Amino acid sequence: MKKKFIIEGLGCANCAAKMETAIKKLNGVKDASVNFMTQKLIIEGDDELMPEIIKEAENIVRKIEPGTKLKNA
Amino acid sequence: MKKRILRLILGSLFLAAAIPAERYSGHAGMVLYIISYILVGGDIVLTAVKNIFRGKVFDENFLMALATIGAMFISEYTEGIAVMLLYQIGEIFQSYAVDKSRKSIADLMDIRPDYANVKTEDDLVRKDPYEVKVGDIIVIKAGERVPLDAVVIEGTSLLDTSALTGESVPREVEPGDEILSGCINVNGLITARVIKEYEESTVSKILDLVENAGSRKSRSEQFITRFARYYTPVVIILAVLLAFVPPLLIDGAKFGDWIYRSLSFLVVSCPCALVISVPLTFFSGIGGASKRGILVKGSNYFEALANTEIVVFDKTGTLTKGIFGVKEVHSDVISKEELIELAAYAESFSNHPISQSIREAYGKDVNKSEISDVEEISGHGIKAVVKGKKVVAGNAKLMKGMGIPYFEGELNGTVIHIAVDGAYAGYILIADDIKSDSVRTIKELKSSNIKQVIMLTGDSVKAGEKVGKELGLSKVYAELLPADKVDKLEELLLQTSGKGKLAYVGDGINDAPVLARADVGIAMGGLGSDAAIEAADVVIMTDEPSKIPLAIRISKKVLGIANQNIMFAIGVKIMILFLSALGITNLWAAIFGDVGVTIIAIMNSFRAMAVNEHDS
Repeated sequence: MKKKFIIEGLGCANCAAKMETAIKKLNGVKDASVNFMTQKLIIEGDDELMPEIIKEAENIVRKIEPGTKLKNA
Repeated sequence: MKKRILRLILGSLFLAAAIPAERYSGHAGMVLYIISYILVGGDIVLTAVKNIFRGKVFDENFLMALATIGAMFISEYTEGIAVMLLYQIGEIFQSYAVDKSRKSIADLMDIRPDYANVKTEDDLVRKDPYEVKVGDIIVIKAGERVPLDAVVIEGTSLLDTSALTGESVPREVEPGDEILSGCINVNGLITARVIKEYEESTVSKILDLVENAGSRKSRSEQFITRFARYYTPVVIILAVLLAFVPPLLIDGAKFGDWIYRSLSFLVVSCPCALVISVPLTFFSGIGGASKRGILVKGSNYFEALANTEIVVFDKTGTLTKGIFGVKEVHSDVISKEELIELAAYAESFSNHPISQSIREAYGKDVNKSEISDVEEISGHGIKAVVKGKKVVAGNAKLMKGMGIPYFEGELNGTVIHIAVDGAYAGYILIADDIKSDSVRTIKELKSSNIKQVIMLTGDSVKAGEKVGKELGLSKVYAELLPADKVDKLEELLLQTSGKGKLAYVGDGINDAPVLARADVGIAMGGLGSDAAIEAADVVIMTDEPSKIPLAIRISKKVLGIANQNIMFAIGVKIMILFLSALGITNLWAAIFGDVGVTIIAIMNSFRAMAVNEHDS
């Protein structure tokens, strides 16, 4: 399953790269990409683990760049 | 944002007051410096502290806080505050620049329709394009954007397709024509039947493609991601060593001096300039290219295009118009009309351009219930039972294979031989014209660094060589079945040098495997052809081959800008590290190495978006 999000308030490109690396490492994630320019996060992962993955991803995003928010695209 | 700017102005005033005040009273100066620092950098220090509790130590905020507070401790108040001030100004400018480029790229891609006028029994209802279903009737007024892919059923008008194709000449449409979402209706009123849901419509596909292009990263982007991961920790370790080792080893060296030098290291330790400007360059390039009707699916394809050595073209529909006209119908056995009718019936299930031209020449509707047992023999032709007769229509190979004697004289063009119930009935001669910009395209490619320009075709050797000679191609491989094309391509791939790439240009019909196999698969006339958009790496929205040399030029430019940014940013940073380690430069140079370099690199990357007339 592929899920798309918009990372609102994403302002630091280095953070975008760090988020991508961290989300890729999550359990059940096949692939993830953060596009700094379009502020888009795409996660590809197992269907059953998705709710878990999304929760973790939200944490990661908030931790790496405070003040950002994950929104459904 | 306004508050932040106000704080910075206030902070600078306090700094300005502190400098003369210090001369009269050290204490008063000190107080003013501290107030100034809190105003200018308080938020950064606060974020840094918060982040430490979150388990994130070496972030930009922390490094800046450490560097500036460090400067204050060794009594470099002015410099400490000024560095923080410039850093903040740089950050503001940077987020402004990023916002602006996001917006300008969004404007570039502003082809999203806002609403659709759906016709109900007695009314027109404005609906979200998402809610419109296939088969709904929509009305597009002058000046409005076509919301979904549709077929015109009433009205004629001019359509501005420039947002999709980069083509400035409007296209005339009349009932029966397909119109694509994203185009603008210039003058008339058109009523049309929706043929694709919004998510399947051209406009959605294009937006999706451009917005997701970032997920396929170029080598330069991968490089900077790796570089960034090591750069910051290495510079910080060096800073620590620089602060403590020389004073311990060298006689008479002062801690203060070396700590000052190491602070410069902390200031330039953020790889921001690279991390922002390189993806920004590619993204701008993708935006700029799409404005010219060239969709690049990932920044890695800019790299491949810029290193192209061999360009392989498909013939039909790529270098030639692909609009075949029936030039001659010949039969000794039955009437010409009957021959055309049988051929049109037999070919009625095929989408091949040749079949279409036969159907066009026939001009009447085909009653599909009178056809059965259709069998398409790829690269040869078609077998079918039409009105009870076994009809075989195809090329010479097909006739030979079936042991049917056929007309073997010289004919200029593509010949479709027809046999009825096992006996030869006659032939239809079809010819295709070369596109107006094909000659120029080949010339341009050859004068750039392309080593070979090759054409592959399923057509006869004679027809292929004729086109090859007219266009001045390096080589022509003819009479290839779709499977042969892949084999040929594999052979050609071996001829490229280590870094050199092979680009294949086709129209996306029947050549998806070849498009996929090439280093860069370029599909032409991508408008409306889902298969082509799917299989290709680069989609040319119009059917002009001259966009290929343009795409290569754009790629070289984008790659050049990305490389400039990498060299410039790394070069300046290393130079500043080196000079500050020797104590030649000061914190002012270091802050330029951080903020200044980032701003210059961002400005440089904007150039990738502007694809000016000079390039075309």
